[in-house]
Amino acid sequence: MKTWIEKQKALIDFTLASLARRKIKNLGLLLVYTLIVFLLASVMLFTHALRKEAGKVLENSPEVIVQRLVAGRHDLIPPGYLEKIGRIRGVQKKEGRLWGYYYDGVLKANYTFMVPQPDALMAVESGKIAVGATMARMRGLVPGNTISFRSYSGKLFSFEVSSVLPNKSELVSADLVLLSEADFRAFFELPPGYYNDIVLSVANPLEVRNIATKLSTLLPDSRPILREEVLRTYESIFNWREGIVLVLLSGAILAFAIFAWEKASGLSAEEKREIGILKAIGWETGDVIKMKFWEGALVSLAAFLLGYIAAYLHVFRFSSWLFEPVLKGWAVLYPRFELTPEVDGFQVATLFLFTVFPYAVATIVPIWRAAITDPDAVMRG
Amino acid sequence: MIEVSEVRKAFNQGRHNEYWALKGISLTIEAKKVTALCGPSGSGKTTLLTIIGCLARPTSGRVRLKERDISGLPERFLTDIRRSTFGFVFQQFNLIKGLSALDNVMLPAYPLGGDWRALRARAESLLDSLGLAHRREARVEWLSGGEQQRVAIARALVNDPEVLIADEPTANLDTALSKEFLAILEALAEQGRTVLLTSHDPLVVEAAVIDSVIDMRDGQIVGIR
Ligand SMILES: Nc1ncnc2c1ncn2[C@@H]1O[C@H](COP(=O)(O)OP(=O)(O)O)[C@@H](O)[C@H]1O
Ligand SMILES: [Mg+2]
Repeated sequence: MKTWIEKQKALIDFTLASLARRKIKNLGLLLVYTLIVFLLASVMLFTHALRKEAGKVLENSPEVIVQRLVAGRHDLIPPGYLEKIGRIRGVQKKEGRLWGYYYDGVLKANYTFMVPQPDALMAVESGKIAVGATMARMRGLVPGNTISFRSYSGKLFSFEVSSVLPNKSELVSADLVLLSEADFRAFFELPPGYYNDIVLSVANPLEVRNIATKLSTLLPDSRPILREEVLRTYESIFNWREGIVLVLLSGAILAFAIFAWEKASGLSAEEKREIGILKAIGWETGDVIKMKFWEGALVSLAAFLLGYIAAYLHVFRFSSWLFEPVLKGWAVLYPRFELTPEVDGFQVATLFLFTVFPYAVATIVPIWRAAITDPDAVMRG
Repeated sequence: MIEVSEVRKAFNQGRHNEYWALKGISLTIEAKKVTALCGPSGSGKTTLLTIIGCLARPTSGRVRLKERDISGLPERFLTDIRRSTFGFVFQQFNLIKGLSALDNVMLPAYPLGGDWRALRARAESLLDSLGLAHRREARVEWLSGGEQQRVAIARALVNDPEVLIADEPTANLDTALSKEFLAILEALAEQGRTVLLTSHDPLVVEAAVIDSVIDMRDGQIVGIR
């Protein structure tokens, strides 16, 4: 056992010296390799965390949202609908929601104006608003400031900022403006009794589909949206976006694969000569292969660790700034993401398998071919 | 110590360019003696060295090392024997570029997994005894031809082999350096090391340190002095 350890130590020692001799080649390889791992790991970490985040957000959203359709388009819920729904068995609570979009010419961005639910923690008094963190940052707002918006009908409304929303889930609250129901109706000139949609809370998830069916007969012009379906849509959007990025990356990955294969598998005449020398002075084929294995393993492990750590920092410390345009972009105000660090062991293993493993094989195969040749060739210059 | 009987070696056997480099060689190499294979270029000296040194196998015939037939052994065993019994000094020295003299000397011992400090001490003292103490850390490509050969000799001796094999050791050296090599050879002979070398250099073949000379031509032995 001690000899074995001494032997591996000696082999690694020699490998390091050997790597240092081809500094440019190996550093270049390490760099490109690290970059690839970094990109792949970034995509994986980012989409994984995003998915979790979206899941968390939707967890608190209602089980059913009822919209009214006019000519196939989402329209306001007229007075009386809440009453018409009446008492459907299994529905714990029903509420009309008020929300709308507002275009801010200053930031050239859309805000979401919204009236908090009566039971929400964030109640806003009349004349006051609570704003999302990103928007507060961009407009330089702190509690106590006053801000004016010109409504679609041309009237100017002034509000006092009562608070800035915590940026726990900034993904959805970035562009949010919370205001009281009276202010909302005045600002958008929405008569009393009208709502954007109705939300229903359902205690038993098994009853959700039943309730949806009943709603369809009760209100034929309405469309119930189920949370589980939204979840599925989100999931597929993320998968789709992840897929797009991976496709974009696949060119780079392919280039790398070819590059690595060539670097690793194309033994230079010098390297072949060295293998011959090592064999002639008493190294076994297995020793040579082990040495080269350590060489590949050291490079690819270093690249994997560096790339993965860099990706982790990129996604969770530096808000994935490389991906913002591709992976997000449903709101104009880019939230400054602080995603909750989320590492999936399976993903790490997959990435490891697809980066370190092929490289190790790529290095060993040609060595193996070179190392099984007869050692007497070295005798002849 | 080494007995070669009826050894024949063909290259490209069965093909149109089949070539018999050795055509029935029988000889005995005695322990603790210096033996020289002498002959013109192409006479098969290097080929015979590779077979005796377990770098290659004969096409037919036997090689016995200390009463043990080694001609039919699989590669693994040959490597083992080669490592423990033979040290090689190649004609082109075959040092590994980019590594220091010391690293080159230590290289053959790495797969044995011995104590690293002891190995280093051994390599250092070998280099010292060959007058290379001041060149230990120098990369081998910066060394002169004579220095490179001495590094190669130190490397051949690091595993303390019974037999030292040297192919055309003075082919790349001028007269002064060749004489230095002969001095090293004398020291090795004094220590009782078995040495087998090839040469067609009269300076070597006629040197006093050589115990016996085997003359070769066209893959055959034509005389033993
Ligand atoms: N690998 C090989 N393939 C074909 N012919 C070879 C090979 N190695 C040596 N030979 C031939 O065998 C003959 C003997 O070569 P060698 O043993 O190197 O002679 P020497 O060392 O006495 O100069 C030469 O004619 C050489 O061309
Ligand atoms: Mg020769």
